Amino acid sequence: MATINDIQDEIIEDFSIYEDWTDKYEYLIDFGKSLSILDEKYKTEETRINGCQSKVWLYAEKQADKVVFFADSDAIITKGIVGLLVKVLSGHTPEEIAESDLYFIDKIGLKEHLSPTRANGLVSMIKKIKTYGVAFQAIN
Amino acid sequence: MLDIQKIRADFPILSEKIRGKQLVYLDNGASTQKPKVLIEAEQYFYEHQYANIHRGVHYLSQIGTDLYEASRKTVQQFINAKHDHEIIFTKGTTNSINLVAYTFGRKFIQARDEIVVTEMEHHSNIVPWQILCEEKGCILKVIPLQKDGTILLEDAARLITSKTKLVSVVYVSNALGTINPIQELIALAHSKGAKIMIDAAQAIQHIPIDVQALDCDLLAFSAHKLYGPTGVGILYGKEDILNAMPPFEGGGDMIENVSFAKTTFNALPFKFEAGTPHISGCISMSVAIKYIQDLGLQKIMEYEHSLLEYATERLNAINGLTIYGTAKDKSSVISFLLEGIHPYDVGVLLDNQGIAIRTGHHCAQPVMEYFNIPGTCRASFALYNTKEEVDVLVEGILRAKKMLS
Ligand SMILES: Cc1ncc(COP(=O)(O)O)c(C=O)c1O
Repeated sequence: MATINDIQDEIIEDFSIYEDWTDKYEYLIDFGKSLSILDEKYKTEETRINGCQSKVWLYAEKQADKVVFFADSDAIITKGIVGLLVKVLSGHTPEEIAESDLYFIDKIGLKEHLSPTRANGLVSMIKKIKTYGVAFQAIN
Repeated sequence: MLDIQKIRADFPILSEKIRGKQLVYLDNGASTQKPKVLIEAEQYFYEHQYANIHRGVHYLSQIGTDLYEASRKTVQQFINAKHDHEIIFTKGTTNSINLVAYTFGRKFIQARDEIVVTEMEHHSNIVPWQILCEEKGCILKVIPLQKDGTILLEDAARLITSKTKLVSVVYVSNALGTINPIQELIALAHSKGAKIMIDAAQAIQHIPIDVQALDCDLLAFSAHKLYGPTGVGILYGKEDILNAMPPFEGGGDMIENVSFAKTTFNALPFKFEAGTPHISGCISMSVAIKYIQDLGLQKIMEYEHSLLEYATERLNAINGLTIYGTAKDKSSVISFLLEGIHPYDVGVLLDNQGIAIRTGHHCAQPVMEYFNIPGTCRASFALYNTKEEVDVLVEGILRAKKMLS
């Protein structure tokens, strides 16, 4: 089973062939569109991520000892970005998630989305996803 | 005719490259860029003239005080106020409105009295009144929006009554560009014995304003949307109203005499200017105003209007694009959405092409709620924008649309 870092490295490699922003965003848009739509019943105040200009939801559940994430957004680029986080972290243990170092964000040039004032709230997404990790750890 | 190329050369930032592309700055509603004369004036002040004002007998303090007071006179003359002490330096529009809510509001508005705003207000002209209403038990009445982004004078006439103590309305909507019929609203308010405040944050840089001709009681704006510095704004008020209002903040400069037995307050305008102000900004604001006056605000208005018309025509020709705010009287703001596409996605893709617009609710969530939309993309123009930039915007939108559909 691929580790969190394996998946990050894979994404970094995918992005490395893109020369300009158009390719990168086309990837994010296509990726965002390819992701399934989160069922309305999971779009609640608890799963909603605040601090984003678009609406973003992140739902998590425990399957055996792993946490599985499902995300959605009404903006497609945002969905692509949160989708990458899900791709990297879903299917790992709460400990792995809570302790992960998400270096791929910087490497694929999404760091500009990390500034806390940035309207897409990547920071809030990471915080939320890690909070799930910590919360599921506590339940153990 | 304005020489736009010459004007553009006065704004150093306009020649910046963003992500390798020529910057196209269309977020002037949020804030305008600064002319070189203003940047140089601030630098000169700090290098040669800086000291605290109103406090020292020494040479520099005197110079600073003179410049500060001269700037007040420039603002007075710019909006044609009757007296220079009717011009209060504040931190900005938000601060000016809060000042009125805390002073005029606390003193003159009681339980069950009414305050009237419109549905298109910026949050800065909603929240201070909600806080006041919460505290005092007064009531906030809202003149409703129409589909084209205007309000109806019939509605205003119905809502402004003898119970109304204050009407506080936006002159130009930052989210829709609508120019409100403030002359009529002022007359309506006065006919019912109410006072009226104008939020001129989006008007002062586009429309010549004469507060005596308008006969408004209070008026607020920010320097940073007027090609001036951040952190400075103006509250204009008629002398008798400002005199009747209690002080806002207590502190230095706003007092006449302080003792533990009794403190007396300074006269206007100092009564409302407690503490050391943003001295360099208050001074350089007048440089920005003079810059605009030299060009002529009337000419600026006409030029910006031609830009708006051109941009409206070009954007309307884009399939699936809807413009929000289609009033006959509009200022240089175009709010739009592409069908089935979130405004944020458009904003990101335009940003990558060097085009700066704003996306979101523009601090006017009730407007978004009215149209039942998550927000809009907003292009807002200033005197240095060009038709070529509108063309770049249109190309950029088409490209974003292609990528997103
Ligand atoms: C109509 C309107 N009112 C008030 C404000 C608040 O201005 P400031 O943030 O400078 O206080 C703005 C600025 O966005 C505005 O557009």
